[in-house]
Amino acid sequence: MDFLTNLINGISLGSIYAIIALGYTMVYGIAKMLNFAHGDVIMVGAYICFCAMGYLGLSPILAVLLSIVGCTVLGIVIERLAYKPLRNAPSLDVLITAIGVSYFLENAALLIWKSDPKSFTSVVDLPSLSLFDGQLVISGVTMVTVLACVVIMIALTTFTTKSKQGKAMRACSEDQGAARLMGINVDSTISLTFAIGSGLAAIAGVLLCSAYPTLTPTTGLMPGIKAFVAAVLGGIGSIPGAVLGGVLLGIIEIFAKAYIGTQMSDAVVFAVLIIALLIKPSGLLGKQIKEKV
Amino acid sequence: MDFYKSEMSRRKFVKIIGATGALSAVSVAGVTGCSGSSSSSSSSSDSGSTATFKLGGIGPVTGAAAIYGTACKNGAQIAVDEIKAAGGDVIFDFNFQDDEHDPEKSVNAYNNLKDWGMQILTGPTTTAPCVAVSAETNSDNMFELTPSASSTDVIGGQPDADGNVSTPRKSNVFQMCFTDPNQGTASAKYIKEQSLGTKIAIIYNNSDTYSTGIFKKFTSEAQAQGLEIVSTTSFTDDTATDFSVQLNDAKNNGADLLFIPIYYTPASLILKQADTMGYKPKFFGVDGLDGLLTLEGFDTSLAEGVMLLTPFTADATDSATQSFVSTYKKDYDGTPNQFAADSYDCVYAIKQAIEKAGITADMTYTDICDKLVAAFTASDFKFDGLTGTGMTWSDTGEVSKDPKGMVIKDGAYVSM
Repeated sequence: MDFLTNLINGISLGSIYAIIALGYTMVYGIAKMLNFAHGDVIMVGAYICFCAMGYLGLSPILAVLLSIVGCTVLGIVIERLAYKPLRNAPSLDVLITAIGVSYFLENAALLIWKSDPKSFTSVVDLPSLSLFDGQLVISGVTMVTVLACVVIMIALTTFTTKSKQGKAMRACSEDQGAARLMGINVDSTISLTFAIGSGLAAIAGVLLCSAYPTLTPTTGLMPGIKAFVAAVLGGIGSIPGAVLGGVLLGIIEIFAKAYIGTQMSDAVVFAVLIIALLIKPSGLLGKQIKEKV
Repeated sequence: MDFYKSEMSRRKFVKIIGATGALSAVSVAGVTGCSGSSSSSSSSSDSGSTATFKLGGIGPVTGAAAIYGTACKNGAQIAVDEIKAAGGDVIFDFNFQDDEHDPEKSVNAYNNLKDWGMQILTGPTTTAPCVAVSAETNSDNMFELTPSASSTDVIGGQPDADGNVSTPRKSNVFQMCFTDPNQGTASAKYIKEQSLGTKIAIIYNNSDTYSTGIFKKFTSEAQAQGLEIVSTTSFTDDTATDFSVQLNDAKNNGADLLFIPIYYTPASLILKQADTMGYKPKFFGVDGLDGLLTLEGFDTSLAEGVMLLTPFTADATDSATQSFVSTYKKDYDGTPNQFAADSYDCVYAIKQAIEKAGITADMTYTDICDKLVAAFTASDFKFDGLTGTGMTWSDTGEVSKDPKGMVIKDGAYVSM
């Protein structure tokens, strides 16, 4: 039973990592850049939701929607102002800009919301599910998170394979020059990717803070880094890979805490990344890309 | 050629990372500076005929531990205002600086205060910054009385659990609060005396000196008292989000009392997660839990029945406490916690010592320090304040006073 409880806690934590990792992987897969500001967009999303519920008195659903809209707009603005001018610059320049955007968002949040922690009210108002005479308790947030993760994964996969816009995204991912020749608007496709990624970040932020209700300007930092690890572990650029990587990472983290020691969990998580990359450099579900020299 | 290029860019990368870091540090420092200066302006007094003592204070007014610093600032300000209103030879000019619970910023704040001409320091509020600042005050020989930094590293000269003295005694530093070991020992004794629990679980912060200090003493005292510790787990500042494993461990080992010697922010998460999983042990904390009820957005019903050991209760019936609480409520819109009371006591204790030693405001801070140290450690120096009566200080810098047990009922602290 102990094992099962830990497994469920791991899946719950992992599903949150997975939703964040989906945002990373979408942007990397299509725009070929690591958006290190993603973790901070999560934090902004959580703050918008907190303010909408706490100060404006909106219902949780409206607050989440407002948060998604807010983050989507933020994502597009960041892309326009910070990343678009660097479209033809070396990828390192874009990476540094992303780190700069991340710092900017954190410090802006520090100015607006101050750094005293806020206690986030859960948006999920479902009762916990109690199994085996209360020996196994699954909280409402856990169920919603896992469900949201699966739904988002299926929706994203369908979108990128079936819809016209999704096909355009994959075309951009494969070869931006050729896509442009085929009449695809590469700029607006990349903007759309950022919009989707940032909207996902809002959902991830709300779910993260519903499960672990402390909100500070650095809330997104550690989950952001772990989700990046998850995306790399699963194979960055692959949508099912991000989910697999996220869930695996969550389970590894909780199991490491439970069976190795509460102080060692982060060391184990990052050691797993190193080992996985040594054995399979492109990640678990990543495509092996052969480059012609 | 390619290799050379990549080397270059890596160097550039490191440089830019450094620049970004420095930039953000500057911007944060800018924010601090602003709030610091605005806080001091309210307290700068007119330079009348009586010379005033320049009293400095340091603590987090913003940041994760903001509640403590704000309480200390307000408590000291009330005492300074009262003393001024009462008239007399000893009057303070009080300047409080923000440190965001960051040792580096705290030392900067201390240097700012020295530039201002500070003669006596009450602070810093929190342990890690206080350890850093007390090293500075010690080399400067500036008198320092901290209201609430409870680690023995602050005063120095105390053996750790293994009997080694890591920092020598800083003879200019004194504490108004209990030391961490005292809190650990007192908690274990209190739990035993009041028979609050038989099977005890502990969750502590392994990356925090305050938390580990209390934890170590608690464990050894609990063994001496015959209390059974069934589960000991920890977390770090980086992993302070998910406590499911720690709570499960406590639950599966049948713990009926959970001892949490940690600050209120992770404690609020522990309370929430324990509630979600349907685990309802008794919670017993230390002074770091003070502030839980004022955390924005926190559901106070989760804290119902949480116990903590503290020297001050706002519902005490003596006239000194009642007048302090009503002034605090009037001026700052809230009930004072023990940090405010400790800070209030600091100002009055310093005043009493100044009067006893016959110190005048035109002396240098070093002379003032020597005389204050002599006054505080004198055998006939006894101080009656809000956080205890007949308080005395020994050469070690520790205070001797009695703790009181408190429990949270209907969203307020009540004596047990």
